[in-house]
Order: sequence, then C-alpha cells, then structure tokens
Amino acid sequence: MATIFIDDRPYEVDDGQNLLQACLTLGFDLPYFCWHPALHSAGACRQCAVKLFHDEKDRRGRIVMSCMTPAADGTRISVDDPEARAFRASVIEWLMANHPHDCPVCDEGGECHLQDMTVMTGHVSRRYRYPKRTHVNQDLGPFVNHEMNRCIQCYRCVRFYRDYAGGRDFHVFAAKRDVYFGRHAEGPLESEFAGNLVEVCPTGVFTDKLFKGHYARKWDLQTAPSVCVHCAVGCNTIPGERDGTLRRIRNRYNGEVNGYFLCDRGRYGYGFVNGEGRIRQPLLREGRGASRAARPAGVQEALLSLSALLQADGPRRLIGIGSPRASLETNFALRTLVGGEQFFSGLARREQRLVGLILEILTNGPARTPSLREAEEADAVFILGEDVPNRAPRLALALRQSVRRGPMAAAGKLHIPSWDDIAVREALQQNRGFLFAAGMAASRLDPIAAGTLRAAPDDLARLGFAVARALSAGAPPVPGLSGAMEAAAQGIARALLAAGRPLVISGTASGSEDVIRAAGQVARALCESGRDPLLLYVMDECNSLGSGLLEGRPLEEAVDAVESAASTTVLVVENDLARRADAPLVERLFAAAGRLVVADHTASATSERADVVLPAASFAEAAGTYVNLEGRAQRAYAVMPPGGDVRSGWRWIAEMMRLRVAGSPAGQNGAAPDWRDLDDVASSMIDEVRALKVLRFLARPASFRLTGRKIPRQPHRSSGRTAVTAHRDVREPRPVDDPDSPLAYSMEGAGTTPPPALICREWAPGWNSAQAVNRLQSRVGGPLRGGDPGLRLLAPAGMDESGYTGDMPGAFEPRQGQWLLVPLWHVFGSEELSRLAAGVASLSPAPYVAVNPAEERNRVFVEGQMACVAAQGRTYRLPVRIDRSLPAGTAGIPAGLVPGVSLPAWGVLEPRTAKET
Amino acid sequence: MERPLTEHIRPDGAPLSIAEYEGFGGYGALRKALLGMTPSQVQQEVKASNLRGRGGAGFPTGAKWSFVPAEAAGPKYVISNSDEMEPGAFKDRLLMEGNPHQLLEGLILAGYATGADRAYIFLRWEYRRSADCIARAIDEAYRGGYLGRDILRSGYSLEMRLHVSAGRYICGEETALLNALEGRRGTPRSKPPFPQLSGLWGRPAVVNNAETLSNIPHIIARGAEWFRGLSRCADGGTKLYGVSGRVKRPGAWELPMGTTIREILEERAGGMKEGFVLRAILPGGASTEFLLPEHLDVPMDFDSCMKAGSRLGTGTLIVLDDRTCPVGMVHNLTRFFARESCGWCTPCREGLPWLERILGSLEAGDGRDGDLDILESHTRLLGPGHTYCALAPGAMEPLQSALKCFREDFERHIREGTCPWR
Repeated sequence: MATIFIDDRPYEVDDGQNLLQACLTLGFDLPYFCWHPALHSAGACRQCAVKLFHDEKDRRGRIVMSCMTPAADGTRISVDDPEARAFRASVIEWLMANHPHDCPVCDEGGECHLQDMTVMTGHVSRRYRYPKRTHVNQDLGPFVNHEMNRCIQCYRCVRFYRDYAGGRDFHVFAAKRDVYFGRHAEGPLESEFAGNLVEVCPTGVFTDKLFKGHYARKWDLQTAPSVCVHCAVGCNTIPGERDGTLRRIRNRYNGEVNGYFLCDRGRYGYGFVNGEGRIRQPLLREGRGASRAARPAGVQEALLSLSALLQADGPRRLIGIGSPRASLETNFALRTLVGGEQFFSGLARREQRLVGLILEILTNGPARTPSLREAEEADAVFILGEDVPNRAPRLALALRQSVRRGPMAAAGKLHIPSWDDIAVREALQQNRGFLFAAGMAASRLDPIAAGTLRAAPDDLARLGFAVARALSAGAPPVPGLSGAMEAAAQGIARALLAAGRPLVISGTASGSEDVIRAAGQVARALCESGRDPLLLYVMDECNSLGSGLLEGRPLEEAVDAVESAASTTVLVVENDLARRADAPLVERLFAAAGRLVVADHTASATSERADVVLPAASFAEAAGTYVNLEGRAQRAYAVMPPGGDVRSGWRWIAEMMRLRVAGSPAGQNGAAPDWRDLDDVASSMIDEVRALKVLRFLARPASFRLTGRKIPRQPHRSSGRTAVTAHRDVREPRPVDDPDSPLAYSMEGAGTTPPPALICREWAPGWNSAQAVNRLQSRVGGPLRGGDPGLRLLAPAGMDESGYTGDMPGAFEPRQGQWLLVPLWHVFGSEELSRLAAGVASLSPAPYVAVNPAEERNRVFVEGQMACVAAQGRTYRLPVRIDRSLPAGTAGIPAGLVPGVSLPAWGVLEPRTAKET
Repeated sequence: MERPLTEHIRPDGAPLSIAEYEGFGGYGALRKALLGMTPSQVQQEVKASNLRGRGGAGFPTGAKWSFVPAEAAGPKYVISNSDEMEPGAFKDRLLMEGNPHQLLEGLILAGYATGADRAYIFLRWEYRRSADCIARAIDEAYRGGYLGRDILRSGYSLEMRLHVSAGRYICGEETALLNALEGRRGTPRSKPPFPQLSGLWGRPAVVNNAETLSNIPHIIARGAEWFRGLSRCADGGTKLYGVSGRVKRPGAWELPMGTTIREILEERAGGMKEGFVLRAILPGGASTEFLLPEHLDVPMDFDSCMKAGSRLGTGTLIVLDDRTCPVGMVHNLTRFFARESCGWCTPCREGLPWLERILGSLEAGDGRDGDLDILESHTRLLGPGHTYCALAPGAMEPLQSALKCFREDFERHIREGTCPWR
C-alpha cells in the first residue's frame, strides 16, 4: 500500500498503479479517454491532467497526466486545482472543435463516454468558429458501423485491435488533425474481436451495426445479467430488449471471466432469439411419414396430447434426451421426469466419453482449472489438440496477453511500470513468452507461438505423452517416437518447467480421449515436479460441463433403448440430435421412436420430425445455470418475459410431471415434485446431485429484496425512458411477474447497486457509458465489489493413486485410399445457434473439404472444384479448399457445417462429381 | 580563430573524399581512441569538453552517453539525427555535404564510447545531396577499414547504415525518430524510459545531432581543454551559426560558442539590407522566442540566450524586418507546426490548427475580439508538460513572444479589419 495525498487529504492506494487508476478507484471523477483499464496508459488524450506537487511546501505544482504518473508513496496531487480543471476543460474544447455534435442522431447518445466527460469537465460554450474536419466512412462488414467524423483520436481502437487483439487489417492513417482510424480499404474487419470497438470507442465512431437495424436508446432497453450461450467460456453479457425483441448484447464485466471483452460470435450471435426459426407456439404432427405438416396448437391442446402420450406409455417407456446447451435446471428436470436410467445427455458416445474423462481428470487429478484471468497470467502455455481461437475465442484473447507475461519482467527491470503500455511494448518488441500450439491444422495463435506442430489426433496424444515423459521419469515412455516429436516434447517440457505458472490447454476438438488423457498427464507430471500447473479443457457448448455432471447416458444407448421397446416416447429438450451423431444413428432413433416430443426454442432437423413441438424459452427469456469450461457455475437471468405460449424448458417438464401425477392412480407418482419456480428446481437439484451441492450459494433466491424491493431491469423512470408501449395503449401495462429471480420487469424497484451477479446495467451517476463499471469494481480493472459472479464447482483432489496410464495410441498411420476426416473449426459457422444470425452466417464459410497438396494423392484436387466425400454411409459433394497445414493422411471438413457426419471419421475422397445424396 | 568543423570544407562545397579527409588527419582520432583509449576514457574526454547537444536542447553529450548501461547484452545503437527540418536551419547540411567523414568518425567514436554495435544516420528526406555524400562516405569507410568487423584491428566492430526518412518534422524528435526507424508511425514516446535504456527495438540507443557528432573527432584528437578553449563561454567548442532574412549576406559560419548576435548579424551577415530595419530575431530557429534589437549584444550560447528570454536552439537566426508583418510571420510558422503535428496528443493536434486559423483570420481582416485571448491562453495551455513532446511548446515560443513584443500589431489587425502590411 502507498499513501498519496489528493487535495491535501491522505488516501491509501494499492502499489503499482498510476494516479488515474488510483483516483478512479477512490471515486474521484477524473475524466479520461485514451486510458483503458485493460489497455492501460498511452498518454495521448491529455484529458486526465492533475496538478503534481513536489512536496507539502510546493504550492505552485505542475500539470501532469495522471495516467502517466505513478501513484508512488507520498505523491501529492490536486484534482481540484483551478489550473488543472481549466486544462481538462480545454482538452474537451479541443476535442469538441471537430466533433459533429450529432448526439441526437448518434447511436452512442446516452451511453457516450465523450458526453459524460464533457459534462464532467464543465465545458459548455463553443469558441471554435471554423469549419470542421470531415472524413469518409468505411463499410467495415456486418457488425461494426463507422462514423469517423465523431472521432476524438484517443487511439484506443487501434491499440485494442492491433496491440491487444492481434488484428492486422485495421490501423491509424495520416497525421496531424487528419488522423484516420480504419482499414486500408473498405471491407469486413477480420478480427473476431472487432465488435469490442463498439465499447472500446469512447464515442460513436464504432457502433453496433446490428443494433442500428432495430435501434433503441439505452434508457428504452430492458436489460439483465446473462451468460453467453455460444461456447464453453461462459462470458458474462448484458442483453438488451425492447418491445419483445432482443436488440443487442453487450459485455458484462466479470473480472475472473471475460473482463471487458467479448468475441463477435457472442456479441452478434443472438439473431436466433428473434429469428424466423423461432418456435413460439406448440405444434402437432399427426400420423407417420415424412410429409406430415405441422399444425399450430394451443397450450391446452398440446398438453392434452402430451397427457395421452405420458399415460399411454407409462413411466418406463418415456425416455428423455437432454442437451449441453440447455441449463442445468432444465436437464435436471428432465432427468427427474424420466428417471436416471432413462435420461440421456444428448451427446453421442464419443463426445460423452470425452466430457466424462475431462470431469474425471479435473476432479480426481491434481491440477486446477484456471479462470480466464488466471489463464491470462500464465507464463507458459501448451495447447494440445485444440483450436482455441475458433472454439473458445475469448480464451484465445486471454492467451494473447499471457505470452506477454514472461517478457514483462524485462520491462520491470528497466523500471517501466506495467501500465505504461507504449513503453512496455517498445521494450518487449516481439519477445513473447512460451506458447506451443499443437493441433490438427493451422491456428490463428500460430503467429504468436514459440512452436507449432500439426498432427493427426493419435500423434497429438503421443506428443502429450512424450511431454509428460520428458517431465517425469514416472510417466511411461512413448514407443517409436520420431526424432522431431521427441525434440518438440523436450522443448515443451523445458519451457513448462521453467515457467512460474504453466498452463496446459486441451479439449474435445480432436475427438480423442487419448489427447485429453495426455494433456492431463502433462499436468500431472508438472505437479510431480513441484509445479502448480493449470489445466483447462475446451468443450463445445455453454453447458457441456454442467450436463456432464448430470451423468446422462449417451445417444447410442438411447437408440438401443428405443429400438428394444416398442412405442417409446422420446422427449428431446433443446437439442438438435442431427448435430450430435452421424445421420444413420439419428435416423434409427427417429424411426424407432413411438412418439417424438421436442421442446426447443428454434426449429431444427429434430423438431421437424417431432409429433409434438413445445416452444421453449431461449436464454433471453429464461433464468438458468450454466457451467463453463473452468467449472464455474453461473446464473443467467431472463431479460424479457417469454411471452405467448413460450415457457422455460424445465417448466414444460414440470407441467408433464403434473399431468402424470394427475392422470395416475393415487400414490403411484405422488412423489413427483411440484416445482413452481426456478428456486424449487434448483433446490431439488442441489439436494440430489452431489457435485452441485455448492450451488446452494450461487444465486440469490427469487425472494431476495434490496431495500425491500425487487431489482428493476429497466432504467429508472427519470432516465428519459419513453412510453415504450404507448402507441398501443397509453396506460402503462402492469409489469409481468418474474417468479424465477429477484429481478423485476419494471422501472420501479431498488435504487441502490445490487449484488454483482444481479447488476442489470453498468451505471453510476455521471457515468452512462460502459465505463461506469469503474464505479462497481473494488479496484478499477479488478474484481467487482462483492466478488466476481460465479461459483467454481471443481477442485482438484490432489495427487491421487491412479498414476499414469501406459495406454497410448500407436503413431498415426495414413490409410491407403482413405482419409481421416478431421473437423476444422470456424468461429463463425461451426456453432449451432450463432449461425442463425445473418451477420454471423455471412462470415461463415460454405461447406468444403480441405486437402493438403503436399501429399501426392491430393494433387488431383483443384481449389474450388467439386470433390466427392463418402463417410459414415453418406456421400457429400463439396468444393475443394487447399490447406497446407493439414497432416498427411487427413482431410478437413468444417465442423458443424456438414450435417450428418460425426468427426473425426475415415472417409473416401474423389475428385470427380458423383451422385449427390 | 580556429574552425575545426568547417576549415577543410572546400569553397565549392564538394564533399571531401576519404583520402582528402585522411590527409587532413581524419580518422586519426578514431585510431587514437580505438587503439589507446577505453570507451569510458572517450566518454570522460567528451564530458570534460563541455560539449552540449547542437540539436537545440543543449544536453551535455558526455552525460547522455553515460546513461547507456555498459553491461547490457545484445545490440546497442548510436544514431546521428540528421533530420534537420527546423525552419531556418541548414547547418547540418553544410557539414554532411562538405565533410561527411567527419560525421562518420564522430558517430563511430560515439559507438565505441557507448559500446554500440550498430549505427544509423537518420537523414532528412529532402537532403538528396547529403544522402549521396553520406552513402559514398560509408562505402569508403567500410573499404578503409573504419567500419565493419574488427575496426583497425582493435576488436571493436560497428555496422553503419544510412536511413533516409520518409519526411516529417517530428522525426527530428529523438523518440519519434526511433519509432520511424523501427518502421512505425513517427510519433514521439514519453520518457522515461529513456532511449539509452529502451530506445531502438527495445534496446539501448543514443541519438546525437549531426553537428554534435562532428565535434567528437576533434575533441578526441586535440583534447577537451583545447575544445573548451575554442569557446567564449562555459560551453565548449565552436558553433555553426546561420542567418536568414533580409540581411545582406545570408549564410552559415562557424564561430566560437558565445559569439554575440551583433557580431553574427553585422560582421558575418553584413547587417540589414538597404531599406530594411531590424525588428526582431528568432535566435535559434522557428521554435524559439523573439529577441529584440536591445538584445543584440547577447552572446549566442545556451545559458545567455535562456537568460535573455529565448533559446539558442539550433543557432540559426531568423531575422524579422520592419516591412514584414509579424502576425503573418507567426501565422506562417504556426501553419508549419500545425501541419507537422504527428496527431498523437490532443493539445497539439487540435490546438495548433485552431491557432493557425485564428492567425489566418487576423491576416485576412476577420479577427474578432477575444481572438487574442484565445491565442494567449493557448501559449500557456500548450506549454511544456501539457503535451506529449516538445513540438507544441516549441511552436508556442514565437507566438507568445510575438504577442508580447508586437501586441499593438496584433490589435491593429483586429481594429483595422485588415493586415496593415498589405
């Protein structure tokens, strides 16, 4: 701790900060632009000027930039000094000289940092009487709108895009007052983090283009704390709704998870919530056969038909198939309805085993999973068989920061404070800490990697085992390892051993249990060497780990169960089975199911086949708990009431339970719980599932009140909020009740700041932009006051007895006439729900097959021409792509884009056109 | 009177070849240092010479060198700042065109003194002739064994390259120069860290002005005491002074440091042209404050100029006569500075163009009440410490002194609604 004096009063501040950060943490209203808690100091805008005094006798002082001055012990400054105030007002006057003052038509208006800072400095009247400088704007693609005239040249955008996120196609051009931020030519921004420019920009240069399509002012949006559903990272978000449609997603600060940034899949993937594919009322299909038309039905009629199904079949003939994209509560409700034996996770056996194995390693093994913040602080990273940028993009952004960790010490030796970003980057240059990327193909992290290796899954696993062996003599040797692999393994082992905080990342991307096991053994070997390694597995979906904790059976067994008992009713909740397994298997299930009931929010290949379709709520309309890849359980809240016939997945299931109880002879099913709200389901779940016991402390109950009132989802009445529904009825409608949370669909409610997990919008008096989060943190850039939300469910058991496995695959052997089809992941396209958003779809590749012409037999394939791919009993006609990073013996298929094939799989490629399937 | 820097420069200005340079004793200092002195002895000698940087700031050269950590492993750099772009300055060009080997020898000595293994000459884009001269000289020096591996079998190695700038005034600022040399935007950096610790590609680097470096061989060859004796003040050596404006003989001359303005103006430049009366002088180029005829006896050295309320700067005087509008002159200078702002920090990027426009309005007869207040407040708002580098504070020096010295002229522009000189 250091003591600094601000306007002659002493304050205790943390060491190693600059004055701006210290002042903001202490609650001073000190305006700033170029500084950002994650991007640190640049010293460009000169807005955060304060008066610095030499000692207590110095009354004259001199103006310094607080962001560029250390908050060293004994520092004496004045924030209130008239000269400093006047200077800060002058900076605004300069910035405003060319600003168009178009707030009324600017999307940023009302949540604009420039507006806030202008008000803060008190600059009100304009003296500049000359023409303003103007710029030509660019079309930057589907996500980000560009309006350069509003620019105040704080350089944050370029510092985020290039320095922080590693983007290359965006820069600052020209000089003097003509400085221009954009691309060298119009075109979509290439970085999957481009959407963050919207929040990084302190004014309206970069705004949300999707939001613009159905714009609403901030004060007209209803918002709630949510969790992103588009990958396993579980970034915290604030969706905004107006008049029944989801208008946008913004970042919600969580110091342990996503901090200040989201990826564009998470920010712009919400289209499915409003989409045409949305299921908004029950549908019934009668008879059999493929051409059955669906008929809309009322809730009562649907329930009646369900009642018939439930009674006719009896409890033993009902099976439930859950989903890794549904909440814990919905999955648990399903499990309760059908009973553990009849509960299937919704994953095919391979995927199921991968998740199960990951859970086993993380609970029984010795290594701990890191939060994203901890991953960012790792000083050596070994990625084994994962495509982090495409599957867990926000994690990749954290890794981009982690490679700076090691060399940062060199900057420290030069006495450069870590917040002096420009100087740190100058001192570090291209020096990076250790990151090794071993995967099935090239990765966007390769350019910052110390080493890369591309191999088939079996060889990736062998590399991992070899690293473990190099770390520990206790680990089994890898027979027949090539010299190159051995050398790579030795190098990786050395770097991991030398690190203070090594991080091993693997996951389900390669579909290989061996790869997952190998990564676990690397971590184990590091533990044995007295290191404290971090181990993180990337999974496919927002609740992959959570659904794994509920221990459902794999899809293959569901097929067996359905085929062995005639007229079984299959209840599928929030899952499209066509994406889970190969087509023949899924077809068998559909064919054998007596009745197929699907509860989902979006039409899919599975709902198309259902006899009864029930409209389930999306994440935007239902509260629920999700477990991310760290094992962090997080509660997401509905941002709007479901409306119409739509209900949470678990509510449909609770209805079915009631139906069954009502229709059964007394006593037979009397024990079924009568769940009325989410807390009921959650408390049943906590009682029944051991692994979830700790969830008791996760979320405040719906009965929680702050100063006796619920927490409003809408900004307060005097915010400027318009009468959103007055065009239909001037009377304000009675707010819809929300039984599942302490949040209200209302402007009225508690006026004080709620606990961190219940913060509906980041706001503080005078701070209307996203930067208001400064006021909610215990230290600016640090944890939220009251702790970052979420509860970790996983804790390593410590060194167990299980030891190493000698069970490892032989070297990958390419097959004559066959190719191992490996999945190639795409941040835009591979994920199911985000692909339904038009912007994401426009950046998604069309299905293709990728081959590496380095292999002789692949030279017959020509880029862009069609090839025939036969796998798992189906044939696909796909255009050829050249990918020189693919290992010999393999070909690449874009994950999630070619339905019906379960990857990796062996297949046959032919260059000529064959019959389509 | 000795003129070590310029005495051998040919009247026609053609560059001295290496043979000619060696004939005048050139590279003798290098031989002396490399074979008989330690790097720290070279530094000591330069420190003792009281040589101060000739780029404008006047920082003691020996002290500057001493901040380079001796133990640092990996590459270290010395750089000649030959990006002479200060309006009114043309002294470095004279040296680079006339005696390029003198600069090279100074740079090699600086490299030896600081343990550098790479050297750059960062040259102003427009100095095509200098570029040719230096390129040829570097080539000759390599062939003569003064550059490259194991120079003069001393065990010391130095690689030298000429880098021709893309052409911005700000690149003459040493940290902007370093950024430009790295291939980045020519924007300055904040200090600390100082370039001697983290300068070029994160490694220690020393940037010295071309004239400064040209002095080094003479200091080493003839000693610090001799060098101090050249001067009329505490700062060692001679200085290249230049005069531009309506004088009889504009030009540049090497004179003892501390020569008075009067001597330079009247004896060297021949006094004012017929029909023109001296009104004021910018003593050190565009970013220094006006001195008045009453200051003619001020010696042109760092401390005396400071005492008189201005700066020695580059030592190249710009003369304002009675038939030139001082507002117009300041407008012209401000236009230059606004154009050359790198655009990094707000006060400079936005403040200078505003001032330029106000001054333009005054000149166009569109001045208004309050304009002078805006000008005046900016001379303080754009002061040192308020901006990221010294460009804007430098730009304020002529303006703020003009507002003091020629207040009546400014007011007349507004009162009469026109420029009285038109």
